Amino acid sequence: MIEHIPVLLVVLPVLGAAIPLIVSLYSDRGGWSIAAVTMLAHATLAGLLVPEVWTGGVVSYAVGGFALPYGIELVVDGLSLAVVTLISIISLGVLVYARHAGPHENTFYSQFLLLVTGLTGMTVTGDVFNLYVFLEITGLAAYGLVASGRRVSAAVAALKYLIIGTVGASLYLLGVGYALATTGTLNMADMSTKLAAVGYDSTLVLTAFGLMVGGLTVKVALFPLHTWQPDAYANAPDSVSAFISALVSTVSAYALARLLFSVFTVDFLTAVPAARWALLVLASVSIVAGSALAVSQSNVQRMLAYSSVSQFGLVIAGFTIATPIAVLGATVHLIGHAVMKGGLFAASGIIERKTGATTVSGYAGMAGRTPFVAGAFALLALAMVGVPPAIGFVGKWYIVLGAVEAGLWPVVVVLLASTLLTLAYFARLVERLYFAEPTIHDEPAVADGGAEADESPASSDHRSDGGGAVSTGMIAVVVAAAVLAVVLTGAVPLLDQLLDQTLPPLLQ
Amino acid sequence: MTALALQLELLTTHYNYYAVMLLLGIGLYTLVESPNLLKKVIGMNIFQTGIFLFFVTLAYRTGGNPPIVTDGGGPYVSPLPHVLILTAIVVGVSLTAVALALIVRIYSEYGTLDEERLEELYYD
Repeated sequence: MIEHIPVLLVVLPVLGAAIPLIVSLYSDRGGWSIAAVTMLAHATLAGLLVPEVWTGGVVSYAVGGFALPYGIELVVDGLSLAVVTLISIISLGVLVYARHAGPHENTFYSQFLLLVTGLTGMTVTGDVFNLYVFLEITGLAAYGLVASGRRVSAAVAALKYLIIGTVGASLYLLGVGYALATTGTLNMADMSTKLAAVGYDSTLVLTAFGLMVGGLTVKVALFPLHTWQPDAYANAPDSVSAFISALVSTVSAYALARLLFSVFTVDFLTAVPAARWALLVLASVSIVAGSALAVSQSNVQRMLAYSSVSQFGLVIAGFTIATPIAVLGATVHLIGHAVMKGGLFAASGIIERKTGATTVSGYAGMAGRTPFVAGAFALLALAMVGVPPAIGFVGKWYIVLGAVEAGLWPVVVVLLASTLLTLAYFARLVERLYFAEPTIHDEPAVADGGAEADESPASSDHRSDGGGAVSTGMIAVVVAAAVLAVVLTGAVPLLDQLLDQTLPPLLQ
Repeated sequence: MTALALQLELLTTHYNYYAVMLLLGIGLYTLVESPNLLKKVIGMNIFQTGIFLFFVTLAYRTGGNPPIVTDGGGPYVSPLPHVLILTAIVVGVSLTAVALALIVRIYSEYGTLDEERLEELYYD
């Protein structure tokens, strides 16, 4: 049983995704319970793997018993286990949030579990083509989820996301074609030895690298390729934007790291400095441009989306620097960002339901109306800026240390500037929340109804999936995210230990 | 054979790859340039078809037999890319289905599939 866990992690949510549809024949509710049971089982399976990976280092599984490297291999090491655990926990958090916030349809929970399948598959696979398939499963589920927003503009945003996302995934597939032509294998470990044998300066290898990494940066949403993201996040239902902002880009960034370290290896980055610099420049531009765009937004959710563009620049920079400390920092920030950004989106959803405020100016004085959520929002925002002892500080600190160690001074400057830039857009918002007088002009219905006016116009036209009201569970999720953003700092040594067995072989 | 002759032979015999490049180019151009969302999806399909043809061409080897081991006579063409592309075609069909469903919803609401008109309506 225990040796089958890697494949069960993927199979379980697929099967779970089919059940709500069958249940739909008899009842249009019940999807939530099925998703909750499935995700609890998923979390348990991930938990069972922890001692295995802690002692054994790597768990490998040959799907269907086909001999490796011909069959599909699933690999769980410290890095992928950390991401799988993150997927489990965030999904459970989103389920608690969606219990009241909706959408309540069974189809929503099918898509939700399909998305979990795709994300988990991307994380545990050890096969580059298999990664493409899971990338597309993730994509398809995410497009559907974004389109489930009530407004029709959600469909436009989803179609935009679909077209750009498909081009990204197709470029990745084309890159797999080049890699297959070069090495004749699809298994990541096998491919990395064969790529080394072919020689890193071969045109085929370079083309494969460019296409595969380029394709994934579309999914991560680095700067010039991010255009799908703000529309998708701002138009999706609250539960969905919290879920995909926390996980979809995160797992794509993980896949990029997996590709860098397990397929092309650090030797490739050393042998081809142009590739490393291209990624570093892309990441640095993303950090600066993402922040600049975030500052110029008036809609809070769009601002949070642009903030992701900037934060993923940081993560990719950390992975590209590729020293152990920088990779640890990037992993910490990858996980920390997921918790913080998911929490921020959930909080912005609650604030919108309670007060109808969606814009930066509309947030003025809202702290008095929603003290817990506003407090959590402020805490998460400060954690994202990198105020110690929050998790956001640790990740950035290690990435900067790595850059200093590697002597990449221009990158150090950008990384330090990124903290100031993050402060620029979050400080503005926190200041509004606490120190500004409530404005009346952009939410007329609130003036007479006060806190009881849950059905303000802004929330009733498209966000009324849960009737506009806010449940204790939703607030608890946001507060838990805020607490986690601070407490996770204490877990960094554990993560360090978990990665201690994984990273050295990858980074030598 | 000299290097030049080898290059010439590569250029004149590997015409499948010209088709690949042409399909990728046409697909990407349509996808970027056409203001009509439906045509964008068609462009996306052409782009993907280019990739499918690329994989299938990779599998070919001159004088190779179909990879059905009965007589023990090699060399065989590689069966692996065909299997991969079978999967990728299924993915492509699903993507097209989702895209068309979204287009139906957009058209029934806005009455247009023109990207620029939609942009105007979208930011109202």
